[in-house]
Amino acid sequence: MHSITPLLAVLVSLAAVPFIILCRKRPNARESVTFIAAGIKLLLVASLLPLVMAGKEVGITLATVLPGAPLALKVDAFGLLFALVSSSLWIVTSAYSIGYMRGLDEHSQTRYFCFFAVALSATIGVAFSANLFTMYLFYEMLSLATYPLVTHHQDPEARSSGRKYLFYIMGTSIALALPAMIIAYQQAGTLAFSPAGFLAGKVSPVMAGVLLFMFIFGFAKAGIMPVHSWLPAAMVAPTPVSALLHAVAVVKVGAFSILRIITGVFGVDLLKGLDLGMAVAWVAAFTIIVASLIALSQDGLKRRLAFSTIGQLSYIVLGLALLSPKGMTGGTLHIAMHAFGKITLFMCAGAIFVATGKKNISDMTGIGKRMPWTMAAFLVGSLSVIGLPPTGGFISKWYLALGCLQAGSVALLVVLLVSSLLNAAYFLPIVYRAYFKPPVEAAWAEGRNEGPAAAWVPPLVTAACSLVLFFYPQPFLRLAQMAVASLFGG
Amino acid sequence: MSEQYPALVVIGPLLCALLVSVAGWLRPRLCLPLAIVGLGIAAAASTGLLAQVLATGPVSYRLGGWAPPWGIVYYVDNLSAVVAALVSWVALFNLAASYRTAMTDYPEKIGPFYTLYVLAVTGMLGMVVTGDAFNLYVLLEITSLTGYALIGLAGGRAPLASLNYLFLGTIGASFYLLGVGYLYIVTGSLNMADLAKLLTPLYGSLALLAAFAITLVGLWMKMAFFPLHAWLPNAYGFAPAPAASLLAPLMTKVMVYVMIRVMISVFTVEFILQEVALSQFVVWLAVAAMVAGALMALGQRDLKRMLAYIVVAEVGYMVGGAWLGNKMAMTGAILHIINDAVMTFCVFLAAGCIYQKTRGTAFEDLQGLFKKMPWTMTALAAGALAMIGVPPFCGFFSKWYLIRGGLEAGHWGFVGALLFSSLVNVVLFFRIFEIAFFEPMSHGHGGHGGHGEQAKAIALTEAPLSMLLPLLAAALGLVALGLATGPLVEKIILPIIPAGLG
Repeated sequence: MHSITPLLAVLVSLAAVPFIILCRKRPNARESVTFIAAGIKLLLVASLLPLVMAGKEVGITLATVLPGAPLALKVDAFGLLFALVSSSLWIVTSAYSIGYMRGLDEHSQTRYFCFFAVALSATIGVAFSANLFTMYLFYEMLSLATYPLVTHHQDPEARSSGRKYLFYIMGTSIALALPAMIIAYQQAGTLAFSPAGFLAGKVSPVMAGVLLFMFIFGFAKAGIMPVHSWLPAAMVAPTPVSALLHAVAVVKVGAFSILRIITGVFGVDLLKGLDLGMAVAWVAAFTIIVASLIALSQDGLKRRLAFSTIGQLSYIVLGLALLSPKGMTGGTLHIAMHAFGKITLFMCAGAIFVATGKKNISDMTGIGKRMPWTMAAFLVGSLSVIGLPPTGGFISKWYLALGCLQAGSVALLVVLLVSSLLNAAYFLPIVYRAYFKPPVEAAWAEGRNEGPAAAWVPPLVTAACSLVLFFYPQPFLRLAQMAVASLFGG
Repeated sequence: MSEQYPALVVIGPLLCALLVSVAGWLRPRLCLPLAIVGLGIAAAASTGLLAQVLATGPVSYRLGGWAPPWGIVYYVDNLSAVVAALVSWVALFNLAASYRTAMTDYPEKIGPFYTLYVLAVTGMLGMVVTGDAFNLYVLLEITSLTGYALIGLAGGRAPLASLNYLFLGTIGASFYLLGVGYLYIVTGSLNMADLAKLLTPLYGSLALLAAFAITLVGLWMKMAFFPLHAWLPNAYGFAPAPAASLLAPLMTKVMVYVMIRVMISVFTVEFILQEVALSQFVVWLAVAAMVAGALMALGQRDLKRMLAYIVVAEVGYMVGGAWLGNKMAMTGAILHIINDAVMTFCVFLAAGCIYQKTRGTAFEDLQGLFKKMPWTMTALAAGALAMIGVPPFCGFFSKWYLIRGGLEAGHWGFVGALLFSSLVNVVLFFRIFEIAFFEPMSHGHGGHGGHGEQAKAIALTEAPLSMLLPLLAAALGLVALGLATGPLVEKIILPIIPAGLG
């Protein structure tokens, strides 16, 4: 079905940029622009929900730049799930950005909000891309829009982190993903995602294997080891950036790209036939375990969260690579569930930094006295990422575990369980220390003082979402199931 | 009127050049408007010509009514029409942008500057539309001589760079002339279409091979194809802004056009693929050009010189594409002529804007520029993204076709070099952006980028509007060209690719 709505959903935040610049002298007006754009974006994305739920595919072709690979958007259940998560969390993060950026009196806030808006356009663009070329375009747009956000502080540390960021993200996409895309195009004559995979029947087994791994490491935003180390480096960014981009938008764009590669480019049957699914699953499993182990040893709270994210992203990849319906549902669902959990954790880390200036876990002993609500949100976020009830994270992990069994791999199930234990081991002590140990700073015992409300309320909201998603995981679960069902022919 | 377009493209600016030179003596203020009229005529005529060629097929125009092969014929097909339109529009935009820089870079020499400028463009347009091998030489010399003067007129080290360019450029042009002489000896003709017919029975003759080789080397010299590039970095690096942003985008591209024209319209691809059999060798030379250009660019500490070495690498893209010997690669090479002209124009013009404000383009001069000249830097970023090859900027699409061509030919060296050069471009441009973004200006605060009040301390001194508008137009053109790739390839480029290419 032809519709302009997906295009508008992509463009609305881009169109906000000139207004943000125009209002640069009046911060309140400027932030209103962001909120209005975010609200319209969510409404536009949500308006597509009934259509997609009814099994329709909505799309638009913008320009036929390359034969077989036009600039085109198409909304399916996968894309809509991701777009819903990103656009709803943009609103929460915008509120949080105000609390954080004003709380710290950061410089260049206009630039910050501009590039944030551009990044969101690119994210929705990736979600709604109808083919690999369009996805690559938005993927690169996101890489570039994020660079000024990562390097926001403009100090030597930001500079070297920015370098690392570019080296990994752009280096891999140009050196691996781009040639892989052109080779795929050469073989198939098209780049349009299709449920059976457009490469099915078009490539030799060896070439399929090579291309698959070129794509998986080429989309380094997914953080599969060894192309993961840009993510901890990117933690130098202001925390709202880490929260929305490096827990939701950017990293999930990476995972989502791999989702498209597995489901739209290669297709389940091709990967199953060549046993490539298992190969990818084990690469992901390696990343899960190693990232969790590294997270254990991190004292910087944001760095610990970053390594946790690397591990959790590989859950998504692992679920998809299982190629079993339950596993793929779990992987897809994890995009949403992990997003709500991890963004909560990042926002808590930022709230703590705004209120107390602390970055390291060892300095946060007893902070529960001072910031009880923030730490409560942190607890819920932790439970969700660990995968314990009553949080949304439990549901996606449940499906992932079922998926392992469905794929007949007990070993991978063990990997998931071990990783969950590790997750608990690196998160729960933080909460324990915060509530049950005497404060390191005397002032904290005096009572509650959580800093600006705009910094600690948003994590409470997302934490509440995580709880609600356990009891009512819609529309995400339905969308994930629909999306996966479409791959298995019904 | 429309049947006179081919003549107007050349005669229009030529006559205006005379008027400009007269105005230079009497009323220097009239030089710029007259020059704009001249190039405006050329731009309008070449655009009309493009529309005409696309509608009704190639146009053959007998200059003065003399019949070929004795008279000079202007032969305009899709390829020449699109390159002519490109040259005239880029030259026109650059002319508009030169309003301020010409006064600062050529004080007291406004008249000569505009005369030479218009003549140089006339020569380029002539080279593009002519169907006569010797006439091409004459026009080549017109462009070259005016080009040497445009560079040399400025002070500093420019005259020396220009002299060096003159020596090597003259050798190149002489080689071309020698090659044409050989062809004339064996065929008695100078008309390209006529030559193509007369040469067919001579395939395999040593004289023909020699003629081809000599012509080719001459053209390579003029386009700065590695390792014959030595004149270019200094000539373009030291050239004053208005000359650099005219010659760097157009001169090398017109020479690549001439090479492709000679390859497909005089010698034919059958001859080149079967008789010459140098494709492998030339493509490897192109690989060397890309790698060497990229590496040498890495060694520069000045924006303009860095860009000049990138031009050397880009020439490698186009020559390699033209010689890979398949349709895709040739499409990529031709598409890259168009795309590279606009993106080189964009980045050189941005460098000109920066020079106009900072009086230098060394890396230290670029500190704090994102604050100081946000629009110029945005345009430079757009040009950079096009050169790196990020969609939807146009550079991505020519790379796409070039890589496809490389894959089709199984030439992994070429594909690898293209990717390598793209990656090096990331490093090159982000090194610039880092300096402009992170480093405060020397009179600013040290260390941390500053919080709020420092933003006010750095006064916003953007380039003059007369430069900024053409620059932003070029930057937007990069996206527009990229999005127009589909029709551009389908309607303009594919129809003129000879069937002989696989």
